[in-house]
Amino acid sequence: MTILDHTLEELHELLVKGELTSLQIMESVYDRIEETEANVGAFLALSKTEALAKARAMDEAGIDPNNILSGLPIGIKDNIVTKGVTTTAASKMLEDFVPVYDATVVEKLNDIGMISVGKLNMDEFAMGGSTENSAFKVTANPWDLSKVPGGSSGGSAAAVAAGQVPVSLGSDTGGSIREPAAFTGIVGMKPTYGRVSRYGLIAFGSSLDQIGPFTRTVKDNALVLNAISGYDQRDSTSYDGETPDFTQGIDQGVKGMRIGVPKEYFNEDAKEKGVIESVRAALKTYEELGAEIVEVSLPHSKYGIPAYYIIASSEASSNLQRFDGIRYGYRAENVQNLEELYVKSRSEGFGLEVKRRIMLGTFSLSAGFYDAHFKKAAQARTLIRQDFEKVFEEVDFLVAPTTTTTAFNIGGQIEDPLAMYMADILTVPVNLAGVPSVSIPCGFSNEMPVGMQLIGKHFDEQTLYRAAYAFEQSTDFHKQKPLFKGGK
Amino acid sequence: MSINEETVKHVAKLAKLEFKEEEIHDFTEGMDKIINLVEQLEDLDTTGVEGTYHGITHHSVLREDKAKLEVSREDLFTNVKTKQDGFIKVPAIMDNGESGA
Amino acid sequence: MNLETIIGLEVHVELKTDSKMFSPSPAHFGAEPNTNTNVIDWGYPGVLPVVNERAIEFGMRAALALNCTITQDTKFDRKNYFYPDNPKAYQISQFDRPIGHDGWIDIEVNGKTKRIRIERVHLEEDAGKNTHGTDGYSYVDLNRQGTPLIEIVSEADMRSPEEAYAYLEALKQIVQFTGVSDVKMEEGSMRCDANISLRPFGQEAFGTKAELKNLNSFNYVRKGLVYEVERQEKVLMAGGELQQETRRYDESTGNTLLMRVKEGSSDYRYFPEPDIPRLIIEDEWVESVRNALPEMPKERRARYVSELSIPEYDAEVLTSSRELSDFFDQTLSFEADAKQASNWLMGEVSAYLNSEKLGIDETALTPKALAEMIHLIADGTISSKIAKKVFRELIVNGSDNVESLVEEKGWAQLSDPSKLLPVINEILDQNEQSIEDYKNGRDRAIGFLVGQIMKQTRGQANPGVVNQLLKEEIEKR
Repeated sequence: MTILDHTLEELHELLVKGELTSLQIMESVYDRIEETEANVGAFLALSKTEALAKARAMDEAGIDPNNILSGLPIGIKDNIVTKGVTTTAASKMLEDFVPVYDATVVEKLNDIGMISVGKLNMDEFAMGGSTENSAFKVTANPWDLSKVPGGSSGGSAAAVAAGQVPVSLGSDTGGSIREPAAFTGIVGMKPTYGRVSRYGLIAFGSSLDQIGPFTRTVKDNALVLNAISGYDQRDSTSYDGETPDFTQGIDQGVKGMRIGVPKEYFNEDAKEKGVIESVRAALKTYEELGAEIVEVSLPHSKYGIPAYYIIASSEASSNLQRFDGIRYGYRAENVQNLEELYVKSRSEGFGLEVKRRIMLGTFSLSAGFYDAHFKKAAQARTLIRQDFEKVFEEVDFLVAPTTTTTAFNIGGQIEDPLAMYMADILTVPVNLAGVPSVSIPCGFSNEMPVGMQLIGKHFDEQTLYRAAYAFEQSTDFHKQKPLFKGGK
Repeated sequence: MSINEETVKHVAKLAKLEFKEEEIHDFTEGMDKIINLVEQLEDLDTTGVEGTYHGITHHSVLREDKAKLEVSREDLFTNVKTKQDGFIKVPAIMDNGESGA
Repeated sequence: MNLETIIGLEVHVELKTDSKMFSPSPAHFGAEPNTNTNVIDWGYPGVLPVVNERAIEFGMRAALALNCTITQDTKFDRKNYFYPDNPKAYQISQFDRPIGHDGWIDIEVNGKTKRIRIERVHLEEDAGKNTHGTDGYSYVDLNRQGTPLIEIVSEADMRSPEEAYAYLEALKQIVQFTGVSDVKMEEGSMRCDANISLRPFGQEAFGTKAELKNLNSFNYVRKGLVYEVERQEKVLMAGGELQQETRRYDESTGNTLLMRVKEGSSDYRYFPEPDIPRLIIEDEWVESVRNALPEMPKERRARYVSELSIPEYDAEVLTSSRELSDFFDQTLSFEADAKQASNWLMGEVSAYLNSEKLGIDETALTPKALAEMIHLIADGTISSKIAKKVFRELIVNGSDNVESLVEEKGWAQLSDPSKLLPVINEILDQNEQSIEDYKNGRDRAIGFLVGQIMKQTRGQANPGVVNQLLKEEIEKR
């Protein structure tokens, strides 16, 4: 067992007992990165010098025994701004962009003494489901290097799956935490919209985006969510209710709980049967653990994809207008006038998928199309949200596959944006409804990990962690290690 | 509905993007497919349904009117490529019909 | 063909808050370029807007003063357009749920009152400023970016440039009285665009309109509109057709020049701002703002004329600003005579303010001091000549107690007979000839004697009292 096989709790205990130093942990992190990064390609930038210095300082100051995350490493998705550390959102547009402030989540991590290892690869501006839309590099799935790690938080997922870091942060607008968590066999939580401050998250779909943690275990995940949650006066959409301790009652089991199984999320005709089979098996496990399984219906979820693509793209088209080559970011050379500066900077700075979404969003908001597109999508969203509210009157949480397939081949779908969009069919309704959802490993299909998502009521992440923990403790999928198939 | 190249060009203009003439055709085709996909929504009866435009249901979040400065001008200019005397310098503005509030 | 002029005005007013509409950086004038800014004003990636409570309150106050209905379930929207002074490339504004709607104000033109309807009052953020250099570059200052604004959109109810002028004057006065803005066109805290079209009398449909910009004073608004009426009339009378266009007022010639022709309406792609939760304004808040509204200029004028017998014109001047009118009312609250207070404010005070280019609240003069001074003049303690000295002292240095000031400075008049009689008799003793002259009917002799007494008392004697006592003493001899 190596240092990085420990859970966060174990690492903390070793630090407090003095059997391990923060510096040793950080050194093993960078050793592991050196060992695996050529194969995985999770990071866009490493902050080794600063991280080691910070670890040394933490060791000298002494680890706070009441602060379970202090002195521990974390990786951060590159669309979360870090003061003084280049933040690119994996776009040529921001290749040399240096933020002048820290995102609220970064401030919180700094305050509790977590140490940032580096910035993680992603699909450009979080648009994509494979991390192939990064302007800088392709990230591979640690289980099979010929496959994608999912996206858009592919770097964040791959780094945790590969054992490079015990924790990372990602963001989820339509599945960007859960899909890569499922593809790489780890735990990824998309919290309730409003649970975590978005201040400093480079906006994609403002009404959908949420930051959340990737970890190997459920309890680790809950510990990190504890650290980053809470009302932020700089984000008016953050929730000003109480933040519970998400680890509290985590081991209470699921006995007597009612689990809803939305029939629309189990397509028996799916081409990869192994996914649904794994989830069905997981439901058996839950039954054995004393939960009751109830079939439910979310009839409007089938409108999730069109509603999501219109809303997310419309918001993105507006959010991404600030990238104009003037105050920061890529600027085209040799322009004659302002109009050229705008058009050339944006056309050269953005990648194809980003332009595609900007175009769709601009179109959906434009005169003559707003009602049929944007407004209609917003109405569909209401119906989707109401579906969830209704079933939650009956059940404690829902279980569904996170994805329809396991990780696909690098280059396999990138030419077909439509197929890419359809891959999000099981994840986007959750974002539209704003409810929390955690994806946890629940089996294997074609030797690749399968993820299932537990979907909860608004601000009821606690139940999800409790149920996820119960499943995890009675299975050993989370103990499986990736094989780096096809690795050098 | 199907989308034509004219519409694509118009939308590109609004979005301040340009595509090479040979790209426009492919792009139009691609966009047309996506728009066909999103037009599945036409089947849905939304009569009398209020739209949802926010991720949260809470409302009325206000900040006390108290001025403070948080970042120095020097820091704010970190990423500016052309500047002069405390101003951001940009190429001449060809009047295109837009101006301040 | 007889043509009717149709005018509607869009007025932007900057709100006098401490911080900006959606960011905490200072909303103050006159700082070095880009110093009153932060990452939110710059539209840095990842930033979010948070609404300034006072801006909402000010918007409501203005809307209520303009007799609008408050939209209590309101929201903000994004208006998308690219421009260097608009860093996010969207302006946060209010599209279909403006904070106020369906208001009106009354204007007076040629002695007739006319009601101009106000379509809406909405809140938004101001843009930064571009300075166009001669070197092929523009220079962007974001200090103004994010300053809270209200846009007041009138209905197309005005029928002449004079009405437009009167509307602006009335609007400015009302907004100024609410205290939410300085409403100074020369400083840009009030800005105006005008829409103007002509149509044959009797026709219901509006004609093709022109939008006038760069109207930097009320006079330019009037002149620009006058020019535009003539221009459009010429085209229409010659059987020509107008195109919908935006025109720029040229201050040097008084003409309007074509800026651009409008091709359809601009596509701003408005949609609800997802970063700002909708805003529900409770009844209590609306009522507390309504109840705190000051008495408006029109009502004050009426009160001055009917209750205080102040002439119309004077009432007009006294209500030309909230500060002056408040000062007048407060002076009266110290029981000063209304006519006297009005005379002082319109005379000496105004002259001083004009010459020093100050507002009344920027001087040391207080309503209490002015009232005390007026009392001292009335009871003869000071002469009207000395009063000018006292006034100067009050407006430059101020005083808490004018009576002691007058005493201290030795400015009080001598009216006490027991003090004056010895002086009078002394002068009479020295001027037997003058007594003789007076008794022989030479009235001028009295003037000479009074002059001597004034000289002896270094000008402090009360001339009225001296005259009286002098005659009595002469009679006794």
